[in-house]
Amino acid sequence: MAVPLAFFGLFFAYPVAAIVGRGLKTDAGWQLGRIGDVLAEPGIAGVLWFTAWQALASTALTLLVALPAAYVFARLDFPGKQVLRAVVTIPFVLPTVVVGTAFLALVGRGGLTQELWGVRLDTTVWAILLAHVFFNYAVVVRTVGGLWAQLDPRQEEAARVLGAGRLAAWRQVTLPALAPAVAAAAVMVFLFTFTSFGVVQILGGPSYATLEVEVYRQTAQLLDLSTAAVLTLVQFAAVAGILAVHAWTVRRRETALRLVDPARTAHPPRGTGQRLLLGGVLLTVALLIVLPLGVLVERSFDTPGGYGTGYYEALSRAGSGGGTFLVPPLEAVRNSLEYALAATGIALLVGGLAAAALTRRAGPFVRGFDALLMLPLGVSAVTVGFGFLITLDEPPLDLRTSWLLVPLAQALVGVPFVVRTMLPVLRAVDERLREAAAVLGASPLRAWREVDLPLVRRALLIAAGFAFAVSLGEFGATVFIARADRPTLPVAVARLLGRAGDLNYGQAMALSTVLMLVCAAALLVLERLRPDKTSGEF
Amino acid sequence: MTLLELAGVSVRFGGRAAVDGVDLEVAEHETVCVLGPSGSGKSTLLRVVAGLQPVSEGRVLLGGADQARVPAHRRGVGLMFQDHQLFPHRDVGGNVAFGLRMQGASRAAQQARVAELLELVGLPGAGRRPVSSLSGGEQQRVALARALAPSPRLLMLDEPLGQLDRGLRERLVVELRELFTRLGTTVLAVTHDQGEAFALADRVVVMREGRIAQAGTPLEVWQRPASEFVARFLGFDNVVPATVSDGSAVTPWGEVPVPEDSPRGDHRLLVRPAGVRLAADGLACEVESRTFRGAHVALRLRPAGGPALEAECDLAGAPAPGDRVAVAFAPSEVVVIPASQAP
Repeated sequence: MAVPLAFFGLFFAYPVAAIVGRGLKTDAGWQLGRIGDVLAEPGIAGVLWFTAWQALASTALTLLVALPAAYVFARLDFPGKQVLRAVVTIPFVLPTVVVGTAFLALVGRGGLTQELWGVRLDTTVWAILLAHVFFNYAVVVRTVGGLWAQLDPRQEEAARVLGAGRLAAWRQVTLPALAPAVAAAAVMVFLFTFTSFGVVQILGGPSYATLEVEVYRQTAQLLDLSTAAVLTLVQFAAVAGILAVHAWTVRRRETALRLVDPARTAHPPRGTGQRLLLGGVLLTVALLIVLPLGVLVERSFDTPGGYGTGYYEALSRAGSGGGTFLVPPLEAVRNSLEYALAATGIALLVGGLAAAALTRRAGPFVRGFDALLMLPLGVSAVTVGFGFLITLDEPPLDLRTSWLLVPLAQALVGVPFVVRTMLPVLRAVDERLREAAAVLGASPLRAWREVDLPLVRRALLIAAGFAFAVSLGEFGATVFIARADRPTLPVAVARLLGRAGDLNYGQAMALSTVLMLVCAAALLVLERLRPDKTSGEF
Repeated sequence: MTLLELAGVSVRFGGRAAVDGVDLEVAEHETVCVLGPSGSGKSTLLRVVAGLQPVSEGRVLLGGADQARVPAHRRGVGLMFQDHQLFPHRDVGGNVAFGLRMQGASRAAQQARVAELLELVGLPGAGRRPVSSLSGGEQQRVALARALAPSPRLLMLDEPLGQLDRGLRERLVVELRELFTRLGTTVLAVTHDQGEAFALADRVVVMREGRIAQAGTPLEVWQRPASEFVARFLGFDNVVPATVSDGSAVTPWGEVPVPEDSPRGDHRLLVRPAGVRLAADGLACEVESRTFRGAHVALRLRPAGGPALEAECDLAGAPAPGDRVAVAFAPSEVVVIPASQAP
């Protein structure tokens, strides 16, 4: 537990504290009165209210749309399932800015829906909610579906035999078993949408702003560090509150579940109901996920002179886009992959250790630690990135010029995923299996390697996939700390989008498409790596 | 030679003692069965010996060496878990070979030993089967093979046959007994099933609420239960307070003849059902119920005075419920349980 604690102390608590200190502390001491002043502003109260209710609405909507999909992915077999699973994960790894832009192209001015039906949804809250569902669909499908696939269907059959109807059996047996995973997914979605930045920035127009957008505006545009610091604290407190509620509601720990081989729980759809459900899920995926991505790809080829690869060709030239880049934008692909791999390694190490520690111990301290691990998801990434810059710049921690700085910041967001994904499965491993290994002569470490690791390998791979994906797509912090000559893909996209002109817009679309393809490729590799049989050891 | 010695071992969970001052010795090549109802602390005792449960007090010695600082994986004992706990991600061979791999045995040695053990437990050639395809009895055999494979100096079995159906259980208990005799294995088993314990063990230890209530050969325990608890746990319900004098005792059932060497004074008295005999003259009873038990019929009688009586009689001429009968007591089936040990 020491390693994760040190990691979070050094690379999270310290920078955030420093930036808050810088905003609220003057030569005359702490200016805590600022907190009251800022909160009294009517605009800020509006921001707070909007942030909370849109997050709640987005979470509810996401659960509503994605839970059936979690079932379909867990329990039904259909052709193209693996590819589809990767497809629904793509939005999650796209930079929020690109998601915003893709939806702008879909439902915004001059967008597809306006061309077809004259409907415009941008500057309405619906566009934001839709983009949030698009974005977080995979969180629910993967977190809940991953566990669902391993639940023994015979438990439900036992309930059916005891006289429970199909729905009652699901409610009485499967739902309680899934509840920790559903709660974990819901909290994640709520946190993401609560701290939503790029999506709201682009689709919200001037009328809608979340806390994170406001923090960014105050920091980067108005240079009002003290207001930003107050808002960071407010967001921090709110997130801490959410996590406390979460810790309180799921105090009831995951019971030891009967985990079975996921390959054996899935079956081809049977009956009209299941076929309708599969059809509905496929339609949802097509409309909600494939369509915006398709529009994005379409725009990347839509050059002024008709469809062509002009934008892609421009990407490989240094100095294209009027001096936006010191290196060809395509370089960003390699940078991104290297950073993301390193970040995944760090996140797996730190998150794995933390999850193992959380499995073995209990008590209020551990619950607090559990919640602490989630905080980086809720604290303004802008603040973290800016904090890195002002704290990790002097010996012995002068990392400003080190390439490690970026993976460290990215790993910070990856760790919560690793912990959230690993914890339910680790806790579900029967303690007596470890004891059986011990009695047969396995040391605790060996028992972990021989028993826990094979049983959670699947979860570990999913966790790695998540960590890799969020590292690849991380934007808020990276934009502050990535060196000008080593931009990551999202940073490069944002730089292109920030400049006027069709060429830049087109290149941004093209580069987003490249990022999408990189993610898709990486995810497909992961899907391949997933062992189809848990008993594939021998 | 004593292989396992427990000296004053106690395990407390919070304020409750699951194991309370237990002294126990197991000699080499001996099979000892700990018998007790659920919650009597017998499984905890096994976990203590295996090193999975730290003791609050007392010492555990294996081959004369104190095990206080020896972790579970270095104790060299085998434990067969109640629900087997086979590793779901390994096939049968992988499960059986696990302990050998931990010992660092060569692959060839592992394969040879796995084949040998699967043969021994009657599952030859099952090495590649996934454990999920095994029936309850097969799982039990694989668990046994897995526990035996590293040749532990002490093999412990937690409710070894608990989950199996009756016929299989009766067959396996004989097989196990033969196997342990043949291999010379030292065995410490726990069970709540007296039949299993008596069939398996050289020596039986009855536990109650963390303490040893009685220890002895199956015959000794069966013939002379040391306390009312042991008597009732063995299924004998004909226990009453009694004042014993020369050759007979005064009980709520009237005067009952007792064996010659019985202690005198206020004690408890057990009459085994076989010792309650239908007679022309004696204690008047009404037959409450009648249960067919194969070779005999078990009767539940309501005497004129005192608690209900259990009796056995032959199939032929067995009375029907509601009949009025008279019973006499056979002194050979009467046991006086000394009051000092009767909790």
